[in-house]
Amino acid sequence: MTCLPAATDRKLGLVIDLDTCVGCHACVIACKGWNTQYHGAPLSDMDPYGPRPEGTFLNRIHSYEALPDDGGAAQMVHFPKSCLHCDNAPCVTVCPTGASYKRAEDGIVLVDEDACIGCNLCAWACPYGARELDRASGVMKKCTLCIDRIYNENLPQEDRVPACVRTCPAGARHFGDLADPDSAVSRLVAERGGFDLMAELDTAPVNKYLPPRRKDRLENAAPPLTPIASGGGLAGWLDRMLGGG
Amino acid sequence: MNQPAASTSPRVSDEIRRTTCYMCACRCGIDVHMKDGRVAYIQGNRDHPVNRGVLCAKGSAGIMQVNAPSRLRKPLRRVGPRGSGAFEEISWEEALEQAAAWLEPIRRSDPSKLAFFTGRDQSQSFTGFWAQGFGTPNYAAHGGFCSVNMAAAGIHTIGGSFWEFGQPDWDHTRLLLLFGVAEDHDSNPIKMGLGKLKARGARVVGINPIRSGYNAIADDWFGITPGSDGLLILALIHCLVEAGRIDLDYLARYTNAPVLLDRASGLLRRDDAGRPLVIDRRSGRLCPFDQPGIHPDLRGSEGGDSTVFLAMLQEYLDPRHAPENVAERCGIPAARIRALAAMIAHAAFDQPVELDRPWTDFRGEVHRKMVGRPVSFHAMRGISAHSNGFQTCRALHLLQILIGSVEAPGGFRFKPPYPKPAEAHPVPHFAARPGQPLEGPHLGYVRGPEDLALCADGSPARIDKAFSWENPMSAHGLMHMVISNAHAGDPYRIDTLFLYMANMSWNSSMNTRGVMDMLTDRDEDGNYAIPHIIYSDAYSSEMVAYADLVLPDTTYLERHDCISLLDRPISEADALADAIRWPVVRPDRDVRSFQTVLIQLANRLKLPGFVDADGAAMYRDYADYIVNHERKPGIGPLAGFRGDGTAVGRGAPNPGQIARYIANGGFFTHPVPAEASYFKPWNNAYQDWAVRMGLADKPQPYLFQIYCEPLARFQNAAKGQGARQPPDHLRQRIIDTMSPLPIWYPPFDEAAQARDFPLHALTQRPMAMYHSWGSQNAWLRQVHGHNPMYLPMQVWERHGFAEGDWARVTSAHGAITVPVALHQGLNGDTIWTWNAIGKRKGTWALDEDAPEAVKGFLLNHLIHELLPPRGDGHRWANSDPITGQAAWFDLRVRIEKLAPQSASDPGLPPVLSPVGRGPKDLAWRVGTKGNAP
Repeated sequence: MTCLPAATDRKLGLVIDLDTCVGCHACVIACKGWNTQYHGAPLSDMDPYGPRPEGTFLNRIHSYEALPDDGGAAQMVHFPKSCLHCDNAPCVTVCPTGASYKRAEDGIVLVDEDACIGCNLCAWACPYGARELDRASGVMKKCTLCIDRIYNENLPQEDRVPACVRTCPAGARHFGDLADPDSAVSRLVAERGGFDLMAELDTAPVNKYLPPRRKDRLENAAPPLTPIASGGGLAGWLDRMLGGG
Repeated sequence: MNQPAASTSPRVSDEIRRTTCYMCACRCGIDVHMKDGRVAYIQGNRDHPVNRGVLCAKGSAGIMQVNAPSRLRKPLRRVGPRGSGAFEEISWEEALEQAAAWLEPIRRSDPSKLAFFTGRDQSQSFTGFWAQGFGTPNYAAHGGFCSVNMAAAGIHTIGGSFWEFGQPDWDHTRLLLLFGVAEDHDSNPIKMGLGKLKARGARVVGINPIRSGYNAIADDWFGITPGSDGLLILALIHCLVEAGRIDLDYLARYTNAPVLLDRASGLLRRDDAGRPLVIDRRSGRLCPFDQPGIHPDLRGSEGGDSTVFLAMLQEYLDPRHAPENVAERCGIPAARIRALAAMIAHAAFDQPVELDRPWTDFRGEVHRKMVGRPVSFHAMRGISAHSNGFQTCRALHLLQILIGSVEAPGGFRFKPPYPKPAEAHPVPHFAARPGQPLEGPHLGYVRGPEDLALCADGSPARIDKAFSWENPMSAHGLMHMVISNAHAGDPYRIDTLFLYMANMSWNSSMNTRGVMDMLTDRDEDGNYAIPHIIYSDAYSSEMVAYADLVLPDTTYLERHDCISLLDRPISEADALADAIRWPVVRPDRDVRSFQTVLIQLANRLKLPGFVDADGAAMYRDYADYIVNHERKPGIGPLAGFRGDGTAVGRGAPNPGQIARYIANGGFFTHPVPAEASYFKPWNNAYQDWAVRMGLADKPQPYLFQIYCEPLARFQNAAKGQGARQPPDHLRQRIIDTMSPLPIWYPPFDEAAQARDFPLHALTQRPMAMYHSWGSQNAWLRQVHGHNPMYLPMQVWERHGFAEGDWARVTSAHGAITVPVALHQGLNGDTIWTWNAIGKRKGTWALDEDAPEAVKGFLLNHLIHELLPPRGDGHRWANSDPITGQAAWFDLRVRIEKLAPQSASDPGLPPVLSPVGRGPKDLAWRVGTKGNAP
């Protein structure tokens, strides 16, 4: 019921490196802090010190274990998830009031909180579970790509990146224009085989994930060691290594 | 298309105040954005040497700690029975008067009646100085139950260890081995370093029973069986030595490998000045190790004595160290151990790093380049919290030495004021005299039996029995033994237990329930066995209920602090650095910084060092002390902006110093000169620079201690040599464990327990929490609000567990009932849970039905400070026999499946909360919209 732009000039988004993310939740809390203080309604927390604390978060990390096909040891992947700013964003087209929209200039998907009626349709439509209805304010909250940071003239240029990217200790999060094939993020995606999350849904997400590298491949990765004095014991060792004497 | 307008340039803050984080021990720089005088947002300081702008989850959640409902508000005096949590609020005047009324008489009669232990203290050079002025020998912080094995083994072997002492050369290393890392030591620098390695495709190997966190992203995971790390390391050493893939030149120049060993005594041969002796390869003559121009001979011999190198070869070429002979015990196939050894050799020797930086060594030899071995290591509590931890840590340092990677490009680099060998550290001081200060610092590095802290009758001089025959080299004290020893009156009774920031009635003690009983136990006259307990904390922790007097501390944004080079430094390998905290917000409660309270107490008690000859106070508060205290003339807590504001390291106190730190972002750095940047222990340029900076009194080049002579001295004593003799029951253990060459022995009691308790049980600290602090934080507790016991597939299937099941976990000491979950990336004989998520009902301003208090649990109930009786008439400590480090990770358990339960067991009764409960909801925003609560 709300239209998507035919195309966007730029496609701002995140590239998240699953080979580097240690699952520390730094991005989760930096996001929570920034978006509680700035854009729109604060991210609330219900029952924050009680039995069922339930807060609004725009970015969450899930950890999954996987058994590799070749029978090696189980591997764990830390998987940060936030809005992927899809080109074919089903959360926008489903919105009955026009509150959900995708910006023509940079592709960022936003919610106009004044127009949001809290109907929750968009959260149902999003296949990624990336939207959360804030219970205190009754409006839909989602990643804004820190629209109030990336263009913020009150911040130094180097800080005009999303809060999650600025804070990530391992450097696993990258921000840039994925419409520009020469941008650092596009090159990273090309080099590392970046992929779309659930590509089969045709949501055409802007955000990309870099896959974990193959693990547990140490055997035969270095020339094997050979004893220098087989059977010669200590004396043989000394002769070979330090010469006679 | 019409598109709503979005505000893209809001005003971020009125002001940024830069200070130092204290959400964990990492000490990152933070930018605190202020609005209307309140904290609006916290981010990392881009200029800060520790974190370069990044910040972890804990750091960003600091705003929820500063507003936490768990903050104590006013001094408290106990009005109910100890442990009940019933308090009355009193004034600071009353509180200080009460504390002084307990402390003054014992100082006058016997200062050792005070036991003062300061937990996770970041001001130990100050708190130790206070305790020294008081005159009690009973002072330490929490190192004894944390990682003293790592620190002590490092100091005794290479003159420093990991984290605060040094770091991998992140910019040059090609292979990093992480052993059993606790993910807050340190937090952001390791993540930043891992990110650098990942970005350039360097290899990371994780050796840890648990594949999570850093180990999850490691290229190779070795799911080792707990307690066998030393065995694996010695097998790697065996492979490298056997193949001759060790750095002989480095060993000959920079280690005691070429030093002659006296066959009769097992001690190093020395000249009359005490200098170790080597044979010069060219002249064949016996020379002191540091004689200019010599080339020490690894194969030297004289008068029938041969070198440490030969003894070492003999030890590690022995086939018992071969991978095939340790594989089963380590839980790692021999082929993988050999592959790892091959990778270490390949990275170290086939791809050396060369920097075009000439330097001159202590023998006067000029080197055209700095050539390094790009293999680095990091390790922490995982390998050290075992009863074989000291020797395991020594083994790890030996491995680094053998490949020539310590202080070489690409390897491990010290951070000023390290390197600093054991002989540059003090020995322990412990002689208590009525009304008098101690003659020197409490903690130190013993060189032999003569340095032990023993009374004339041979009994331990300290309440924690540190530096006694039971744990001779306990460089950080044994905080975990203080309460049980004080309760038992062994070695003597005390009057006042004074604790700071250590949750000793909960997650910081073994045998938690027993400790609660000890704290509340009464003698036949109805008096508490520990007569007085004073506790300082900022928050309503579990320990508060057990205090008679509570001194409420500030939060970290409301106080002055200094992160001092005299203490636990934050330097980087290329720069010395220190930092401050300052009150970026004023407390809204009647609380005082603990350090300022100590000064106020010192002034009342007229402690030496705090009052002048006329008894007048020298310092108004901690900020005054930070600026004006001089440990030696010209050397104070902060190195920057001394004298007229331009002096570094040495200089007169500068009254404007704190203002200069604030203007500089809350920290100070000064670069290590390029020619001094590597090979620091032997590099003339570094040694001279360190003296100029006040880090050392004189150049002190030294050799790495492959052979650790102090250990040999203790072995000799145990064999009957010398005047100072151990008790007979400890002789064999000293001989068996205090080998001067690194060894491995099974964790104590393993054989006795293995049949009944086949599994190992561990804890890990989550990256988003710091010990017990996280649960009071509204944001962090949503990340980690519960802690299942994680089980490997083997155990899961063997017992037929299903999702939602619970289990009873039993050790030789006790049993707990807990929820379980499957974790496949886990050593098959190991179970684990998150540390310190479980909370006592009534604490931390949480509801009594919070998951932390209902389903959360502590493993501590299963761990006793003593091993089970052996029938030999002695109770042996559950700790490392050399340093006394708490052997948390030696725990053995068995498990039984239970149907789903509603609460974990033991469920302890609630305590009364001195702070009430937190609000029902939060939407925290400060500033112009004015909708903050």
